[in-house]
Amino acid sequence: MNPLTWGVIEPFYKLAIGEDRKGQVNTIIKMIGLPLVGIFFFLLLWQAAASNIQTSLGQFPGPVQTYEQFVSLQAEAEAEALKEEKFYQRQEDRNAIKLEKNPEAEIKIREYTGHPTFFDQIGRSLVTVMSGFILASIIAIPIGIVIGLSANAYSAVNPLIQIFKPVSPLAWLPLVTMVVSAVYVTDDPSFDKAFLNSMFTVLLCCLWPTIINTAAGVATVTQDLKNVSQVLSLSWWTHVRKIVLPCSIPMMFTGLRISLGIAWMVLIAAEMLAQNPGLGKFVWDEFQNGSSDSLGRIMVAVIVIGIVGFFLDRGMLIIQKAVSWDKTADIR
Amino acid sequence: MSEVHLELTNVGIEFPTPKGPFRALQDVNLKIEQGEFISLIGHSGCGKSTVLNIVAGLYGATEGGVLLDGKEVDSPGPERAVVFQNHSLLPWLTAYENVELAVDQVFKKSKSAAEKREWIEYNLKLVHMDHAMHKRPDEISGGMKQRVGIARALAMQPEVMLMDEPFGALDALTRAHLQDSLMEIQKELNNTVIMITHDVDEAVLLSDRIVMMTNGPAATIGEILTVDLPHPRDRLALADDPTYNHYRSEVLRFLYEKQRKVEH
Repeated sequence: MNPLTWGVIEPFYKLAIGEDRKGQVNTIIKMIGLPLVGIFFFLLLWQAAASNIQTSLGQFPGPVQTYEQFVSLQAEAEAEALKEEKFYQRQEDRNAIKLEKNPEAEIKIREYTGHPTFFDQIGRSLVTVMSGFILASIIAIPIGIVIGLSANAYSAVNPLIQIFKPVSPLAWLPLVTMVVSAVYVTDDPSFDKAFLNSMFTVLLCCLWPTIINTAAGVATVTQDLKNVSQVLSLSWWTHVRKIVLPCSIPMMFTGLRISLGIAWMVLIAAEMLAQNPGLGKFVWDEFQNGSSDSLGRIMVAVIVIGIVGFFLDRGMLIIQKAVSWDKTADIR
Repeated sequence: MSEVHLELTNVGIEFPTPKGPFRALQDVNLKIEQGEFISLIGHSGCGKSTVLNIVAGLYGATEGGVLLDGKEVDSPGPERAVVFQNHSLLPWLTAYENVELAVDQVFKKSKSAAEKREWIEYNLKLVHMDHAMHKRPDEISGGMKQRVGIARALAMQPEVMLMDEPFGALDALTRAHLQDSLMEIQKELNNTVIMITHDVDEAVLLSDRIVMMTNGPAATIGEILTVDLPHPRDRLALADDPTYNHYRSEVLRFLYEKQRKVEH
């Protein structure tokens, strides 16, 4: 991979070496200038609208207040990190003294149990969403392949998919909660129940697009390729591996990207209700908190949720491009 | 007379349609010897491809059957390799990998990895594709794709090679090149070949016998013409050869006088 051909860097590189200066400047304006203009006008509009909205928690946060809250969240995170460092430092010192007195002494190391920061919450949300999404994909792709290969299986399963696909995560959540409480009974829980509740809700909501699109992708295997497979007497498994899978990858990834988008949206709602640590819980806690900073902090969360969602999709796009055999296809 | 290699006996087929069964073929009888090159010619829609697909095992005959070396054909298999009209290469694999898929399947255990590689390269060389064997189908021309398709079929070391209008989609010059390549390969390997064609010159140039089919529905074999020209054949020398032109006009007469296609 040549970094100089990457979309973002290429025009700058060409400008630097003096290749078609005018064209490069135009490209840069289109690529960076116009989005900046759009963002600038959005900020203006936001500021104007915000200053006219009075809530019981004070004025609706504009871009400036939101940025201030972002900075204060960062400061809190830094303070927390410092506290944690000191905690472990104290513990280490204490243990060192203990060992000096008696080398046989039993040493305890306690985990730091501080308040999770905003940035910890982002991490927790990402872990939850990826767990749900990956589990869902592991279930959905084989189902998609099977119903794509067999018209009978498709007819049998399709009505179920169509019925469950539009169900809101909020409807699943109470059921998932009760089932998890009933089934996941252990003395030494390695997973938090709230985590499982959010994850399974995400899973239930993001199965469907992957199933449907994988099945559609499998249906794009032409009769010609099926004939080739028959003449070669490929086994069912080789047929799936060598012909069906590569053929359906573009459609499969379309489904996976839709699923991941849904998973991220569902997750925020699920975390709010399940009280699973994450961005959803952060928003809910701030709302309950009801301080004058709360709305600004929620706004920070809104923007971060959007940006994370965007990068999740970009990530899938990069994987899709890497595994797609048709490099000429315009994937976006 | 040498032994019969491939035998079609009273082959007929009906396809179900919403308006009731459609009879495509009836009473097709044909005996083919080892190493023979047979062309199937006829107007479009006369069931040539259906005959080929029955021999390939992709369709099951409604009545009658196909015997290959005395064994009944009831499913597709690599001993009856097919060269498809539109090459049917897997677009995500290179020429080499396309042939490899076939070789891995047919010589799973009987060849070592090195032997397989050698065999794949040998077959690609045979069709003059050794220079571009690591290119994918979308990077090579239509003629080259068809060459790879032929290499894939040859690499299965088939008892019978079935070719469904292999050069139909190519321009005249490319087609002539590939016909010459095919004659060369045929001289070297002495395969049994059944080829569907629309092209009278192609049929006479390549075949030992030309099987001419009547129009459907219920199509069958109309006439069989034995082309008694010595191999190797040279298209330029044959252009003025009276025997060649006689065979040519025989086929044309069958197609345009006896079995004139009625346009609907």
